[in-house]
Amino acid sequence: MNQDNPTMPDKAAAFDQRDRDWYIDKAVQAIVFLGGISAILFIIGIFVFITKEGLGFLLRDFSFSEFFLSPWWEPTDEDEPTYGILALVAGTASVTGLAMLVAIPFSLGAAIYVGEFATGKKREYLKVLVELLAAIPSVVWGFIGLSIMNPLIIELFDVPVGLNVLNAGVILGLMAAPIMTSIAEDALKAVPDRYREAAEALGATRWQVIFKTVVPAAKNGLLGAVLLGVGRGFGETMAVLMATGHAINLPGSVFDSVRALTATIAAELGETAVGSPHYEALFTIGIFLFVVTFIINLSADLIVRGVRNQ
Amino acid sequence: MVSTAENMETTAVQETPKLKVSNLAISYGDTTVLKDINLEVKTNEIFGIIGPANSGKTSFLKVLNRMDTFNSNMSFEGDAFFNGLNTRDLRNLYALRSRVGVVFPLPVGLPLTIYENVALSPRLRGVKSKEDLDIIVERCLMRAALWDEVKDRLNSLGSLLSGGQQQRLTIARALSQEPELLMLDEFSIAVDPVTTMRIEDVLKELKQEMTIILVTNLVQQARRLADRTAFFLNGECVEIGDTEELFTGNVKDERTIGYIEGKFG
Repeated sequence: MNQDNPTMPDKAAAFDQRDRDWYIDKAVQAIVFLGGISAILFIIGIFVFITKEGLGFLLRDFSFSEFFLSPWWEPTDEDEPTYGILALVAGTASVTGLAMLVAIPFSLGAAIYVGEFATGKKREYLKVLVELLAAIPSVVWGFIGLSIMNPLIIELFDVPVGLNVLNAGVILGLMAAPIMTSIAEDALKAVPDRYREAAEALGATRWQVIFKTVVPAAKNGLLGAVLLGVGRGFGETMAVLMATGHAINLPGSVFDSVRALTATIAAELGETAVGSPHYEALFTIGIFLFVVTFIINLSADLIVRGVRNQ
Repeated sequence: MVSTAENMETTAVQETPKLKVSNLAISYGDTTVLKDINLEVKTNEIFGIIGPANSGKTSFLKVLNRMDTFNSNMSFEGDAFFNGLNTRDLRNLYALRSRVGVVFPLPVGLPLTIYENVALSPRLRGVKSKEDLDIIVERCLMRAALWDEVKDRLNSLGSLLSGGQQQRLTIARALSQEPELLMLDEFSIAVDPVTTMRIEDVLKELKQEMTIILVTNLVQQARRLADRTAFFLNGECVEIGDTEELFTGNVKDERTIGYIEGKFG
């Protein structure tokens, strides 16, 4: 302000005055703080909500052995409704497991190609394409499962129904692969180039460099990518609802139809009376799903963070 | 197979220099960083390269073991011959690189254990037995003056060592290649003076077994070690000569004496 004659009294006064910049700074801090903690508030809010809705069932009808160990999910049985989620857990787990068998080789292969081998334009195009794939809505994947995979499986394996673990697993694997590729590629990119150069200077081939240096250095990030894929598979609803066949079953082979936890909630919630035991039981499944996906995502996040901190 | 071919090569043409560079020019995109380089490095000599920053020394080393292929922007004209073979025409660059050890200016401890850092190269060329690897690892770490400090924690991460220790680890790793040519690019930047002297003593011994190219911006280091020295300045090779001659003022170009005496650079 007083550039021509910066005298001491003026300066001292400036130290004691809060100007516009000071208030803008405080305001921005407050807004950013709200944004930052809103995620936590929402998570807590969601948890409180589903717990409240499911609480009645938990306190009244819940039996640990029935809920987790009985394969009978018959909440609409007039005489004696049973609430066993074992078959639903088996459905979700089998589909997710198969999906990972499909997605891990695909996504790690794609990540290594995009991150280590592709260069220049090709690399940029591939990255954009992978991100585009990740943006395909799950109902589209479900539609592909219904209209393409279903007849294909019937034809190829000569089975009566093509909506089964195999169908949903492949669909879910293809769905999870792009996001896993994206994260795995980030993990590979985080490995400094000097490691690659140093290893190549030793005479290692590209494959040896990747296998012996880059992948070990990126292993946490790669594991994080896989766990995020598992979380995705666990939580996916629409595609598995359409592709699994939605039949309550403890699967004996990949050609058995199953039903997933998420699909059960989606399909039945609209049919139940609010506050009924069935309604509350569905929310109890919700709590279970919430806890499992929370644990999976949290550990994935911690693992990926571990990479950055190293 | 490989070694017999090499033996035939050296016996048939006794006078073949370890390394011969003719009309070499290096550019990044349109920018030429080094041009008109013609020099020979004899077997079992220490060849020093001195010069201020940005004079193309590191780029020169990169061409010698064809690490230019990492940088799509980097290209070179002219030829470099290793054991009389044009490195441009080699069909297996990995084999070339495995015969050339490199020590980078900033240490690169691979994210492996100390042991695995040194055992990697022997493993890559097929050494499998644990005893053989143990011997190689101990010998290389000894020579790089690192053994005493790390012998009790060979299984901890190499990238967690201090800068100077990592640099010695890099040297041990380069030695584990049993290279014919060892290229050191300002190795003493991150190493304390006492350790530097120990490594210099090792280099003098290693001369019996391999050819060494020593890029350094410590002119006195070149004087202590190099048999012959080249002076690079702003992308050209100003002078190549017997190290003692250069340092006793017997130069063809005034700029050399100026640099050596510390008048610029």
